Amino acid sequence: MQGSPLTSTVLFHLGPIAITRPVVTTWAIMIALTVTSRLVTSRLRTQPDGRQAVLEILVAGIARQIEEVIRKDARPFLPMLGTLFIFLVAAALSGVLPGTEAPTSKIETPAALALIVLCSVHYFGVRARGIRGHLASFAEPKLIMLPLNILSEVTRTFSLMVRLFGNIMSGGFVVALVVALAGLFVPVPLMALEILVGLIQAYIFTVLAAVFIGAAAGGAK
Amino acid sequence: MDPKLISIIGAVLAVAVGSIAPALAEGRSVAAAMDAIARQPEAAGTISRTLFVGLAMIETMAIYCLVIALLLLFANPYAR
Repeated sequence: MQGSPLTSTVLFHLGPIAITRPVVTTWAIMIALTVTSRLVTSRLRTQPDGRQAVLEILVAGIARQIEEVIRKDARPFLPMLGTLFIFLVAAALSGVLPGTEAPTSKIETPAALALIVLCSVHYFGVRARGIRGHLASFAEPKLIMLPLNILSEVTRTFSLMVRLFGNIMSGGFVVALVVALAGLFVPVPLMALEILVGLIQAYIFTVLAAVFIGAAAGGAK
Repeated sequence: MDPKLISIIGAVLAVAVGSIAPALAEGRSVAAAMDAIARQPEAAGTISRTLFVGLAMIETMAIYCLVIALLLLFANPYAR
């Protein structure tokens, strides 16, 4: 049985900073993704071999999905949203490895990702419309909507965080409960369901980030 | 009554009652999307993407209830 889902295990201290298990898992995922990306993109050719074909399918697929949501050229948004999606998939899949937990099942990682989405929404909004245009977009359609628009910025970031955290965490929690109650092989179908839920949540998080960025960058018009 | 007992009952009520409305809403939206896909199979991609985003929005309500229940059970300031 694991403890409270709102706290995380401290592995060691780096000076005054406590390094917790999700942080170490995130570092491992970052290293793995960086090394894999370097290896895969090191020898790109116009005649793709198998490895490069898989890479092209992945990148072109993500770009097409982003284009369908934003209805603009996906290239400025592809590095941010693509990295977000691949990291979320890797994080969700790391939850089924023995000895690790998904870093997104603790509230800090979803909070950080939602803040990144919030910042990038305003970055892309300012870049597309200029700072005056972006600020004016908060007073649409009427000036009286200004407080509600600002409130919706806060609540949608909060709901992005809570949605990801709640879905991933509840999956791990249910698996832990079933292990404690029933034994070794009973939670295997639940873990398969968790992989599916993790992939869907990665997709939803990325699509919602794309929707918000598309709305801020004025692509829907 | 013991505050711990009250917070356990509160957590159970939050999840049990709070998941009724999202369940009904998700059922309705999936039924409507199935209907739309059956009428217009060529629009299935757009419809299912919109459906997923909408389901995520609806599901957030249920997740809020879950978070409230977890706060009551694990981070309750009144039942130390």
